[in-house]
Amino acid sequence: MNGPMVKSIIESKTEAKNIKTILFEHQEKIVPGQFFMIWIPDVDEIPMSVSYIDKKIRGITFRKIGDATDALFELKKGDKIGVRGPYGNGFKIDGKNILFVGGGTGIGMLAPAVEEADNKNISSTVIIGVKNKNELFFENRFRKSGAQVYVSTDDGSRGYKGFASDLAKQILSKNKFSSILTCGPEIMMKKLLAIGKNIQFQASLERYMKCGIGICGQCCIGEGLRVCKDGPIFDGKTLKNAEDFGVYKRDASGRKIKF
Amino acid sequence: MDEDAGSMKRVVGCGAGAVVTKSIGLKPRAGYPNPTIVELECGILNAMGLPSPGIKEYGEEINNFKKLKIPLIGSIFGSNSKEFIELGRKMQEYGADALELNMSCPHAKGYGLEIGSDPALVKEITSKVKSSVDLPVFVKLSSNVSDLKDIAKAVEKGGADGIVAINTVKAMKINLELRKPVLANKIGGYSGKAIKPIGVRCVYEIAETVDIPIIGVGGVTTGADALEYIMAGASAVQIGTGIYNRGLDVFEKVCNEIESWMKKHDVKKLSDLVGAAHV
Repeated sequence: MNGPMVKSIIESKTEAKNIKTILFEHQEKIVPGQFFMIWIPDVDEIPMSVSYIDKKIRGITFRKIGDATDALFELKKGDKIGVRGPYGNGFKIDGKNILFVGGGTGIGMLAPAVEEADNKNISSTVIIGVKNKNELFFENRFRKSGAQVYVSTDDGSRGYKGFASDLAKQILSKNKFSSILTCGPEIMMKKLLAIGKNIQFQASLERYMKCGIGICGQCCIGEGLRVCKDGPIFDGKTLKNAEDFGVYKRDASGRKIKF
Repeated sequence: MDEDAGSMKRVVGCGAGAVVTKSIGLKPRAGYPNPTIVELECGILNAMGLPSPGIKEYGEEINNFKKLKIPLIGSIFGSNSKEFIELGRKMQEYGADALELNMSCPHAKGYGLEIGSDPALVKEITSKVKSSVDLPVFVKLSSNVSDLKDIAKAVEKGGADGIVAINTVKAMKINLELRKPVLANKIGGYSGKAIKPIGVRCVYEIAETVDIPIIGVGGVTTGADALEYIMAGASAVQIGTGIYNRGLDVFEKVCNEIESWMKKHDVKKLSDLVGAAHV
């Protein structure tokens, strides 16, 4: 390793209102659920889960939400970003049938996982939860992977009116799944963990990160679990024992911030 | 690690015999924007910028960790003796077992090395802190000074109980394609394997200059590295970047490797090796 690799953006495409995918060439082996540290020169460096995996191409999908993503949003084909990684552990994709639950931009990183499930002939059911229909993306991509797709919106502008976790509760009461894989707001994931009872559970967590390689301790949860290295995917048993899950995160100084 | 109680507990579970906290200041401080770290061939370059939740909030973490009864060394950074005293007293109040005065961070304006390169200031802060607390006081030094021996003497004269050497070494990484430094702060501190020979040299020189114990740090990755520091004059070693090279259980691995070396060479007490390289 000799610092981040600088990559030219191959494509920047709009997925929904304020949501874009950026594609770049990257050949290192990667597993769905892993992430990159994306350096936007002169602005910031932020962790981004992989949302697109092809032979030589990788992608990230993000919402305009702060300085870094605002800048990333403006970048065009040919512009340069720094990339390091992939980092973290990634999802374990096995079993007979999986229920995927994505909330907000968390939907993006579930797409390669659903595609891998399809490759492994595992049947997938996907719940995508957004605030309103303008924020919906990847619905067709999930269908193309053979998944049964359900949509929930907070305002009822598409599909089920209400939270994704409530829709999940309904679906779980009528169907049996071998596991639940989720990414989204932590409060949603915590609810899901409770609803899912004893079903195998994997959630992708997000924390403020600095090093991304397990030494600085910025992103630790529970008893020294490094989201960047031991995660970002944690199983249900681990999360039940982590007092911070769904309760608080830490800011850049290390202070606790309640969700 | 060591920014919160949970991570300190985990390193203890991985074989660490004591824990040094992240350097804590008076007020919450976010540190520098990212990139704050660069992975390089032989080490890691960082410019975190002394992030800390502030001493008040950190008290809660110490309180939580203290249940383990493992020695906790509270690292503190201030811009003058007044701040160091206040931080030292708070650390004592919250239950720290010793203090480490950070006078060597190479990339924080007004802190660290900017204080630690002036022998008079080093002596003043050390003695004022020492007389304000009832704890052992260590001072962490940098290799980036023109005469390390002068600084070490100042620490000893200030009444410190030990010297920690070395902090990261001032360094920079430039990305060719973007024609700019990678770190947001441009300059950072280099750690890991590459700086071990520098650290060993510093510990050796300090050992020749003062009589107080030394804690060696800089690139300790294996038991052999630790033994090298010990033979140079260190009574203990600290590990940080070794976690990157060998995982969190680097502490246990290094301890085991020291033990098996001692067995093989029929050394009964590790303390017999302290300073063994000095003739």
